[in-house]
Amino acid sequence: MSILQRLRPWRRLRELGILGMNQRNGDYILRYNPRRNFPLVDDKRRTKQLAEAAGVAIPKLYGVIEIEHQIDSLESILAQHSDFVAKPSHGSGGEGILVVTGRSQKGFRKSSGLIISQAEFKHHISNILSGMYSLGGLPDAALFEKRVNFYPVFESISYQGVPDIRTIVFRGIPVMAMIRLPTRLSDGRANLHQGAIGVGINIKTGITLSGVWRDQTLDRHPDTGAPIIGLQIPYWDDILLLTARCYNLARLGYIGVDIVLDRDLGPLMLELNARPGLSIQLANDFGLLNCLRKIEKFLVIPESFHDRVEIAKSLADDCGSSQKF
Amino acid sequence: MSKTTHVKILALILILAGSSLCAYKAIKLGLPLLPGEEIEVWSVEARLKFRAKKGPVKVRLMLPFAPPGHLIVDENFVSGKYGLSIQKVEGSNRQAEWAVRRASGNEILYYHLQIVPDNSDEPADPGKKKAVKPPFPKTPEYPEYLAAAVDALLDEVRHKSADTATFTRELIVRLNSKTADENLKLLNSQTGSELDRVRQLTSILAGARIPSRMINLLFLSDGVRHGSLVPWIQVHDGSDWIPFNPESGESKIPQDALLWQIGDQPPFEIEGGRNGELEFSIGRLSQEPLMIAERRARKMNSRIMEFSLFSLPIQTQNVYRILLMVPIGAMFIVFLRNIVGFKTFGTFMPILIALAFRETELMWGVILFSLLVALGLLLRFYLEYLQLLLVPRLAAVLIIVILLMMTISIFSHRLGIESGLSVALFPMVILAMTIERMSLVWEEHGAGEALQQGIGSLAVAVMAYLVMRNEWLNHIIFVFPDLLLTVLAATLLLGRYTGYRITELWRFRSALQR
Repeated sequence: MSILQRLRPWRRLRELGILGMNQRNGDYILRYNPRRNFPLVDDKRRTKQLAEAAGVAIPKLYGVIEIEHQIDSLESILAQHSDFVAKPSHGSGGEGILVVTGRSQKGFRKSSGLIISQAEFKHHISNILSGMYSLGGLPDAALFEKRVNFYPVFESISYQGVPDIRTIVFRGIPVMAMIRLPTRLSDGRANLHQGAIGVGINIKTGITLSGVWRDQTLDRHPDTGAPIIGLQIPYWDDILLLTARCYNLARLGYIGVDIVLDRDLGPLMLELNARPGLSIQLANDFGLLNCLRKIEKFLVIPESFHDRVEIAKSLADDCGSSQKF
Repeated sequence: MSKTTHVKILALILILAGSSLCAYKAIKLGLPLLPGEEIEVWSVEARLKFRAKKGPVKVRLMLPFAPPGHLIVDENFVSGKYGLSIQKVEGSNRQAEWAVRRASGNEILYYHLQIVPDNSDEPADPGKKKAVKPPFPKTPEYPEYLAAAVDALLDEVRHKSADTATFTRELIVRLNSKTADENLKLLNSQTGSELDRVRQLTSILAGARIPSRMINLLFLSDGVRHGSLVPWIQVHDGSDWIPFNPESGESKIPQDALLWQIGDQPPFEIEGGRNGELEFSIGRLSQEPLMIAERRARKMNSRIMEFSLFSLPIQTQNVYRILLMVPIGAMFIVFLRNIVGFKTFGTFMPILIALAFRETELMWGVILFSLLVALGLLLRFYLEYLQLLLVPRLAAVLIIVILLMMTISIFSHRLGIESGLSVALFPMVILAMTIERMSLVWEEHGAGEALQQGIGSLAVAVMAYLVMRNEWLNHIIFVFPDLLLTVLAATLLLGRYTGYRITELWRFRSALQR
């Protein structure tokens, strides 16, 4: 790095094609994500309905609780399920999500192995309803859905909880992906700012690149010690197709699609995010801008998501993993 | 046209509009750009005492009008039951006329005025402006026994002078010389008061066919209680009126003298009263230059000043003094968040805290804020244990915050720390929300993150306070609120800033290191 670059680091970031927060908001979210479509992705229940209608695979929804009074009827919803996930419908950043892996006499067992009592569990649901985890603190609904039995290939590289695959999809074309691995620090959750690891994925092949954890790069899982580089993500083509399809659900130009791999059901769409974070660039070791700029120039984007995946793969050579910073 | 260009053009228009209004006010109306030191102002009170004769009374008082070297910034009359009218008389004077149908006994009328030294060319001596050449006076008929003395004197003076000015000076010097000859002794014996002396001078000058007139000056000095007008004389040299001190021959009105009146008419006249007496009290005040400039601008009859903040009642003005700083604080927050990349609890929470710091002083503000948040957090954790619903819990935190504020006020008052009383000025809803948010972050991301964000918010509040406290900014934004258009423009431009935040240079440092 020359002295000039050292003095003007923003120049260097620009050259590397790193997308900054202001530019993400100003040039992509504001321009490509129409405001009126936000509720479709901010409300996970509506996203699920849309996905079901479009035939996009999702984890099965067990039930919804909307008002305080219904909390007492929780048992009837969850009676047949010993494991499930409770999450706020309007949650963001993975907050308020409670993963229950089993039951005991005292209450529920969380993915971390800790037991929470019935009362604590109900208080948590009540907090969700009162809007504690929702954007803007508005009253919310609590969703109960099937807990994903994650694919065994990930067993050695995740510490409690479910790893998920985050893909940035721009105008329906997947441009960058990473797999997020829960750690002890993240308490089983798969959000990078909560301490999960992000591992970049080669869009073309579905093989993992290097990982990033708390701003530093690493090649082994900090808790399990298993290598995280060079793994082949199963069902990669299906995953790409699924992400490309998700664009049609909400018609938002710049989204993050979260996908989990179920042992039996294959890739399932967990949620869509209208304001996906920027850390994916660190996990992939390259900036988003080059690719986004190329796609911005396209006058027409094919309707078929197969074609869009092809475009994604062809672009991967130009602006993807080959162009590392 | 792209959105960014659109914003740029809009910002340009706003900046042009804001700065041209501002420039007009600064250059044309002379509003000060700097808060500056206080300016000395002369406060003059003319007191007209008389005894009314049980019947209608009319009182006329000559008033100064655009005196050279001074600017009247304020004047007012204390007239009591008298009706008051002000008119221009004889071109370069003003006259106040008080009238009442019935008055008896001792009456006093007051006229106050405030003047500041003003050396600008405008407004020039009105006598000069109307440079109508006065007619040459007729040679007066001196009494038999004086005529010879006057003639002798004029002859003598004429020999020793070149023009009207030197003639007059020579004449005055002679009349006042201590080694007076017989002629002068005779002349001097005719004059008692200064007024008589000036009258005599006028008539002698008329003998030389030099037009002259009397002027009345008021000498300004601090603490005068019973001042009076001092008559001088002005002679016309064919183009200008030149003032002369009838005692020393000095031909320039001194800086500390106010030209009260031009002409021979008495300074005041009373119909229906007697024992009239005119006295002056003079004092020196210091005032904000802003006030003077504002009054001066108003005197210039500017429409803009009529629609300025100065036209509001003082109390409302003071509210706006604070309110107008909020946009500055808001722009500062935009800068910190979008350019620097600071995280704070709540977008504009720091501004409101900073506004509270204005009242509490910085150190006490920080201490009280930290104390309140810390105590609030403690109690909030207890509430968490009780597992309350969100809105009741928020309300409970709010109530606790107010109870804490009250307790702190009472205790600090007991302990004699009066600064603790100002805690009541904190925006309590904002405090309650801060406590709530902080406890959530504490729960979910740990104490470190919560303290980091809390201290970050406090630091931003302190910075916003220091910016909003800046005396010059306060001054400039209040005097030139048009600058808010510029602030708006800057905010709009920041709204289209898509460059990196400074914290992102750190965040993506691993990319930079390669």
